[in-house]
Amino acid sequence: MTTPTRPPYLRIQSLTKKFGGFTALDNISLEIAEGEFVCFLGPSGCGKTTLLRAIAGLDIQTTGRIEQNGRDISALPASRRDFGIVFQSYALFPNLTAAKNVAYGLENTRAKRAEVARRVRELLDMIGLGAHGAKYPAQLSGGQQQRVALARALATSPGLLLLDEPLSALDAKVRVHLRHEVKQLQRRLRVTTIMVTHDQEEALTMADRIVVMNLGAIEQIGTPLEIYREPASPFVADFIGVMNFVAATVVRDGAVRLGRIELACEADGFAPGTEVTLAIRPEDILVQDAPGSQPNTLRARVEAVAFLGSFFRADLVGEAMDGVLLRADLSVDLVRRLGIAEKSTLSLLLPRERIRIYPGSTVHR
Amino acid sequence: MRVFIGVIGLYLVVALALPLGLMLGKSLQGPKDEFIGLANYVRYFSTPALFQSIGNSLWVSVLSTVITVPAAFFYAYALTRSRMPLRGLFKSVALVPILVPSLLPGLALVYLFGNQGLIKGALFGHSIYGPIGIVMAEAFTTFPHALLIILAALALADARLYEAAVALRASRPRIFWTVTLPGARYGLISATFVVFTTVITDFGAPKVIGGQYNVLATDVYKQVIGQQNFQMGAVVSVILLVPAIFAFMVDRAVRRRQVALLSARAVPYEPRPQRGFDLVMLAYCVAVGVGILSIVAVSQFAALVKFFPYNLTLTWAHYDFDQKGGGGWASYGNSIRLALLTGVVGTFAVFVGAYLVEKARGFALGRGLFHFLAMLPMAVPGLVLGLAYIFFFNAPANPLNGLYRTMTILVINTIVHFYTVGHLTALTALRQMDPEFETVSASLKQPFYRTFWRVTVPVCLPSTLDIAIYMFVNAMTTVSGVVFIYGPKTELASIAVLNMDDTGEIASAAAMAMMIFYTNVGARGLHLLLARWLERRTQAWRRR
Repeated sequence: MTTPTRPPYLRIQSLTKKFGGFTALDNISLEIAEGEFVCFLGPSGCGKTTLLRAIAGLDIQTTGRIEQNGRDISALPASRRDFGIVFQSYALFPNLTAAKNVAYGLENTRAKRAEVARRVRELLDMIGLGAHGAKYPAQLSGGQQQRVALARALATSPGLLLLDEPLSALDAKVRVHLRHEVKQLQRRLRVTTIMVTHDQEEALTMADRIVVMNLGAIEQIGTPLEIYREPASPFVADFIGVMNFVAATVVRDGAVRLGRIELACEADGFAPGTEVTLAIRPEDILVQDAPGSQPNTLRARVEAVAFLGSFFRADLVGEAMDGVLLRADLSVDLVRRLGIAEKSTLSLLLPRERIRIYPGSTVHR
Repeated sequence: MRVFIGVIGLYLVVALALPLGLMLGKSLQGPKDEFIGLANYVRYFSTPALFQSIGNSLWVSVLSTVITVPAAFFYAYALTRSRMPLRGLFKSVALVPILVPSLLPGLALVYLFGNQGLIKGALFGHSIYGPIGIVMAEAFTTFPHALLIILAALALADARLYEAAVALRASRPRIFWTVTLPGARYGLISATFVVFTTVITDFGAPKVIGGQYNVLATDVYKQVIGQQNFQMGAVVSVILLVPAIFAFMVDRAVRRRQVALLSARAVPYEPRPQRGFDLVMLAYCVAVGVGILSIVAVSQFAALVKFFPYNLTLTWAHYDFDQKGGGGWASYGNSIRLALLTGVVGTFAVFVGAYLVEKARGFALGRGLFHFLAMLPMAVPGLVLGLAYIFFFNAPANPLNGLYRTMTILVINTIVHFYTVGHLTALTALRQMDPEFETVSASLKQPFYRTFWRVTVPVCLPSTLDIAIYMFVNAMTTVSGVVFIYGPKTELASIAVLNMDDTGEIASAAAMAMMIFYTNVGARGLHLLLARWLERRTQAWRRR
């Protein structure tokens, strides 16, 4: 994370990019520390790839400034910036072997031939493909190709590694495996890395910090835990993980009304009577063994239960909540112990500190 | 990169845009180069002997199109939708006309149906000299072009559509009307315009077998060569440009829509054997194939006997080109030189040009203009281009005047004449490459030309070979593009065919036309061997 003593490695100031009348990036400012792994996360069309391409110098911004390592690179073409890049399509040269692909950026740098060969071997070993150097891309699996692309990007030891949806084209299992590998490699090399992805799981597991983007603007910047636990907006809350959104009305500071129930929560600064949106994650809704009389408890009927392997997801309708539907994740053990099935009635606890309140009554979904 | 775009762009401007512009201007000038407005056009349209040709041209073009496109469609249908034997052979036979000059079918038709023809009676007293002969010759010449376009359209068929139709219990005719035809409709429209344009701009067939039946293309030739009336030649050229450009624009619009039809998830269609249907298709293909081959065979046979069909004693006399008018064996050597130069230089220019249009960043206006210039030759008939060259390069004030009637100008002209198809082939190949190659190279601090040589050229090698053979074959057969600009030392084989036919040495003309054919067959064979060898040597990466 940014420390006040060291200047950031990458500093983006008021970056705007327009394509004709369309604003793809709207006044983006962002700082990234040296050695940090940052993910740009958002739905397609949110501007994350445009931002990456602006950093790479592939699509120069309309206005704004980019500094890398203290140097203003705003107007430099891609060839004069310091980065390595990996694309979703791998973009491996099909007519060159894996080793030749990796060596591509090393040749021409006046390095001795033996030196280049040594470095290529080192890189191929690093990605676990030491025995496959003589193969052409078409003879490698998707995961292997992506690792070669990664090695090629890292060959010249760039100060910045840019990953544009690098794992999206791979099978689910390979993807999970490579996530781990890329992260390990990045930790070991301590290379400042930016990865663009639309896969929240990928961002949560790999990033030191996540930049959530929507409609060309940054919605929230934070660690994976911050983003998940304290989403700054309904958009972030909805985009990352699963979230229940329910319309509610503020009663007073620290309390909202939901149907005929009053719930304690951290809702400060709203005038009584304000329409708000209450949000809670399915896994934060607790089922009590016996009906209690604590605050924030309510009774609900099970409308449907779906078995999702390691847990159940239940659709619940609160009795005093005017038919509002809540989704809750229930452990397999709990469902078995309480014999929960459709039409069961449960006692729920909505923990005060797990409830988030957003202004406005527009309920998502 | 801008420098390269500039150089090749300048080439297209000098070799295409300026001459054409000058020709437009010429059509507005009097005999002493004074500006006279539309007076030439007024005179053209008030002289029935001249403007009648417009109707004649349209008539033979429409007739040829109406005959050739359905014929090519059913041939393509047989090749793609039946399991008849020898499909590969039939495809090769149908492509034979591409390898011969468009003068050859005319010569063969004279031998078959002419005043002393072998089966003259088959025309029931009608003369082959005129629209009948022109249409028959054009059907021969345009058949492979239409076939290739329709084949490509039919090859796009999605097997799932057929399976869905069968599952819905559609009858065979209904499937044909609701699945096959709609799927190929853009191909059919495209083929229609290509055939129409080729016929209306063709000069070879009407020259040899048109007799007194005047069409626009022969009018240009007569005005320029016969009457030395360059201004009127320019007027007819401009009139000839109109349908060609119109057809070109419609074709472009249609092709753009065809791309959207392609679905990546389509499953290729595999026809099943059906005895009766396959036999009918086989019979049809045999008939067409025999027709095509007999045209070539008659030419060859007539070239080898004393006087076809009355004296069938074998003789080499007709090959003694040096004793006939038309440039002799030297013209054959010139043609080979032209074809080789065009193949090598043209392929280089076309490929580098396409690369710059496709891969350069920024400079959008320049690239757009360049692309337009690259597409333009498709719409410009060879005769028109040739006449424009007279005006431009023969002008005493032009510093390039020295090029006139040299081999250099023939190469320049031929490359421009056949530029568009090569350009499109190269673009297609380049577009199949990952657009991020250049980005990756830039991030690795490699100059663009290094990626060009290390990656782009090797990956596109098969396509560049295709462009080269296309340029070679067309340089061997072209007449219309070069007929105005060859000189006494640069006579070509195809021109010799024309001139020997003019002087009545028909057998020698046929002999020379067949020399062109064999040369092209040889070049094709060599191309095939070279492509195979290169594939083994440099395309190992394509194998899994």
